[in-house]
Amino acid sequence: MVLLADSAAVSLVQSVDWLAVAPPLIAAVAALAVLVADLFLPAERKHVLGGVTVGGLLLAGLALIPLRAGTRSTFCLTGGSHTCSYEADHFTLVLQFLVIGGALLTALLSATTVREQELPAGEYWFLLLSSAAGAALLPASRDLATLVVALEVASLPAFALVGLRRGDRRSSEAALKFFLSSVTATAVTLLGVSFVYAATGTLHLTDVAHSLAAVDPRLATLARTGVVLTLVGFAFKTAAVPFHFWVPDAYAGAPLPVAGYLSVVGKAVGFTGIALVTVIAFPTYSDVWGPALAVLAALTMTAGNVAALRQRPDRKLSAVRLLAWSSVGQAGYLLVPLAAAGYGSDPGHAVGATVAYALMYAAVNLGAFAVAVLVGRTAAHHRIADYRGLYARSPFAALALAFFLLCLAGLPPGVIGLFAKVTVFSAAVDAGLGWLAAVMAVNVVIALYYYLQWTAFLFRPAGEPEGTADGEAAAVKTRMPRSLGAAIGLAAAAGLVLSGAPQLVLRYASGSLL
Amino acid sequence: MSHTVLQILLLAIVGLPLAGAVAALLPAPPGLKGRSPEQAVLRHGVTVTGAVLALTVALAAGFDHDRPARMQATTDVSWIPALGIRFHLGVDGVSLPLVVLTSLLTFLCALYSYYRVPDGPSPKAFVALLLLLEAGSLASFAVLDLVLFFLAFETVLVPMYFLIARWGGEGRERGAWRFVLYTLLGSVVMLLGLLLVGIKGGTFDMVALATDNGSGLSHSTQVIAVLAIGAGLAVKAPMFPLHSWLPDAHTAAPTVGSVLLAGVLLKMGTYGLVRIVLPVAPDGAHTFAPYLAAFAAVGIVYGSLVCLALARRGSGGDLKRLIAYSSVGHMGFVLLGISTLTPTGVNAALFANIAHGLITGLLFFLVGGIKDRYGTTDLDRLSGPTGAALYGRAPRLGGLLAFGAVASLGLPGLAGFWGEMLAMFASFRPADGLSRPAYLTFMALAGLGTLLTAAYLLVVVRRVCMGGNGEQHTTAAKGAVPALADVRPYEFAAWTPLVVLTVLAGLWPAALLGLTDPAVQQLLGGGN
Repeated sequence: MVLLADSAAVSLVQSVDWLAVAPPLIAAVAALAVLVADLFLPAERKHVLGGVTVGGLLLAGLALIPLRAGTRSTFCLTGGSHTCSYEADHFTLVLQFLVIGGALLTALLSATTVREQELPAGEYWFLLLSSAAGAALLPASRDLATLVVALEVASLPAFALVGLRRGDRRSSEAALKFFLSSVTATAVTLLGVSFVYAATGTLHLTDVAHSLAAVDPRLATLARTGVVLTLVGFAFKTAAVPFHFWVPDAYAGAPLPVAGYLSVVGKAVGFTGIALVTVIAFPTYSDVWGPALAVLAALTMTAGNVAALRQRPDRKLSAVRLLAWSSVGQAGYLLVPLAAAGYGSDPGHAVGATVAYALMYAAVNLGAFAVAVLVGRTAAHHRIADYRGLYARSPFAALALAFFLLCLAGLPPGVIGLFAKVTVFSAAVDAGLGWLAAVMAVNVVIALYYYLQWTAFLFRPAGEPEGTADGEAAAVKTRMPRSLGAAIGLAAAAGLVLSGAPQLVLRYASGSLL
Repeated sequence: MSHTVLQILLLAIVGLPLAGAVAALLPAPPGLKGRSPEQAVLRHGVTVTGAVLALTVALAAGFDHDRPARMQATTDVSWIPALGIRFHLGVDGVSLPLVVLTSLLTFLCALYSYYRVPDGPSPKAFVALLLLLEAGSLASFAVLDLVLFFLAFETVLVPMYFLIARWGGEGRERGAWRFVLYTLLGSVVMLLGLLLVGIKGGTFDMVALATDNGSGLSHSTQVIAVLAIGAGLAVKAPMFPLHSWLPDAHTAAPTVGSVLLAGVLLKMGTYGLVRIVLPVAPDGAHTFAPYLAAFAAVGIVYGSLVCLALARRGSGGDLKRLIAYSSVGHMGFVLLGISTLTPTGVNAALFANIAHGLITGLLFFLVGGIKDRYGTTDLDRLSGPTGAALYGRAPRLGGLLAFGAVASLGLPGLAGFWGEMLAMFASFRPADGLSRPAYLTFMALAGLGTLLTAAYLLVVVRRVCMGGNGEQHTTAAKGAVPALADVRPYEFAAWTPLVVLTVLAGLWPAALLGLTDPAVQQLLGGGN
């Protein structure tokens, strides 16, 4: 025993399992490669960078395969509790798959936007990959420092991406708003982390949990405050009320694919952080964060859905704003099982319900954004009214969008959307949160209204007077770009496969992930 | 017939329309192109629904009629283990008649549409939606898992919405939108109730839950579950204060949509009450039965009073709207039967269900025919100052309409009589523990309803079929009233089966009651 401790003390350098860290690492290396290659490529060949990005993300996704046993960990302490900072368990792998898949879809649907809106290609792809690397690192992090660093690596490039539309005032304003509120939230989180560190003397999540169980009574208030403050930053990322005000402006100002990215990967980052921190580090304080998250979930879904309901179809940007607000509403559903984790005896189950819901949501929401990008090419105002008669113009896109919207609403044929909601409902009911299930039911109904209204628009005959103005532009751009078609096709295929075999994602809700 | 054959038959009955719906959207293969793409796809619809009907008849023939209480042709495989949802199908004496009714009505609708192409966009989508509707309806009568039932229940909304919104008449967008919104609001609440039952009862399997007969569920759980599930089903049925979507939807819907809406979709609500609410949560059902009965009785009287008002001269009543309101009254009898919680009452309800499907289906077909000829269903414009004189101008059509009307008012010897008579009979002696005086009052109200029903239907017959004062020849000569074609051969083909079955069910009710009674006894008795 003494010998062992000695040898541990000798080698303070932690060993690194390169295979385990491969997924985020490949994304980061690809980001650097894009940045360097951008310097040497002539302007007309910049489109190669998009290919490099897609390739890098594919590789990162493939790197998940050898890890699927879910037993690897690295950056472990060489002494003491031997806790690891990086774990590639099943929870990590599923979320890394979500993040990388989401980034891949975003990359596919970005290609046309980057070309047509003349965004700086090198910067765009670099920022996207960097943000994806951070987002992929976050679910694997098992100490508070790594978590915060990963959170920032995922967020900082996102600010720049939002503000990338040069010479567009709304874009810059959105980026600034997003940046300022996000930085405030991060600062609060850091304050919380420092309180927790002060109370427990460790940053590793499992050690924090042990120490919090036996925290000095005089430090109890400090620890409690630390727990609440730490959650704030993550709640901000999921766009939970009252940290949601940046969402509509940021989505409306950002290039559309970036908005899609934020709505999926950005949220995944937020709720992963919440899940890790609450379930692993703060289980003893579940009486604090459980009710807090439940209230947050109820407020978030209500605020998001009510605001989405109030969007007028003929107003400028109404489609993007509706997607933005509906994503706030969906964030509320994602928080429900996390809140339930604070009440139930089996938090792993509840977290699984969130993960299952997030996987469904990622595929269909990005799909909806992909169709919005497609429609936005001919109708720059992004009004819902522009979708009138889409079925007549482009049946494939209209059917795909209808399917995505019905998935989000939770109606057949979007079977997977329905079952994901059922999973969330049952997590709430299991935990005894009947009132939250009731609030959610009301919200599902509200959401049905606007999703259905939009769906109905797709199949209505097109209005005559407005159609003519955009008609000429439409004639030029009728052909669907291949990458965009691939993105829509992939998302639709994912939704269809999951609708036929929901077990593929729902098994996470029955098995214990954390 | 062996179990495997029956099993395959039932799977094919549910799966074939679904595959057919997809196939309808694809271009026709060479050799089946027909005269035009429209004709080919409409023929495809007739072929598929015909095949489904043939399979259903085979299933009914192979069904073990000596043991209708047992689930037959069952398939039971795990689908989503994570949620404990199983792909469980089967039919018994309660669901078999409804399956047959559904496939018959859909086939007749497809046949009718083949000759009378619905006005609206391409028939391709029409056929696909019709087949999807059939798949959803058949599935909701055949599934034995609560979540699958919900899924099937919802599946029919999409095609029905589009059938009304794209192929409907005046006010179709509003009618379709109201239909979807009402039903969805109800079904979300129903989903919560089903989940509550599933989670507290430990399984979503209807058979297992019915065998337990609610012993695993506490009283308060049952009360909440019945309230939630019942709300969703009551919207669909529709029960009196929740019915207001029905007239709008019916008025706007195309003929085929109205027939299926009245003949099939409404039955899902009452079927759900019998299949899920009564056996799974008997205590909860007991608590709410008197309220259900009260609403049912009010619905009967209310429906017939509205019809009476619509049938009056000068009120601008629409014939389709009138039949829709008469549906509210007829479904009131079904709900009254269920609310007695006695085998007699539930049998009456199931019988009245089928009878209403046959008779109202026929009536909507006939009104569609009248609309084709006159271009309107407005009673005042139709009958003019003297009456539409259908007897004189199109005697067969007039005769059929009169037949439908007297069948609907419950003339003994026709299908409408038995269900309503038995429902009133059952409320004369409701289940133990239910207030007898209250039910006697409801019975009296229902009796009043039958009188009012007879009154308005006779008014309608008088105004549409009779009259004319022998002047129609002179007006026709002036060209003011176009000559009317009498019943065409394809209309005969589509309507005769309904007429024959109405008479048959009226003369030989034992055929149907013998099928439902053992199953009902078992559902009420807890699987013994």
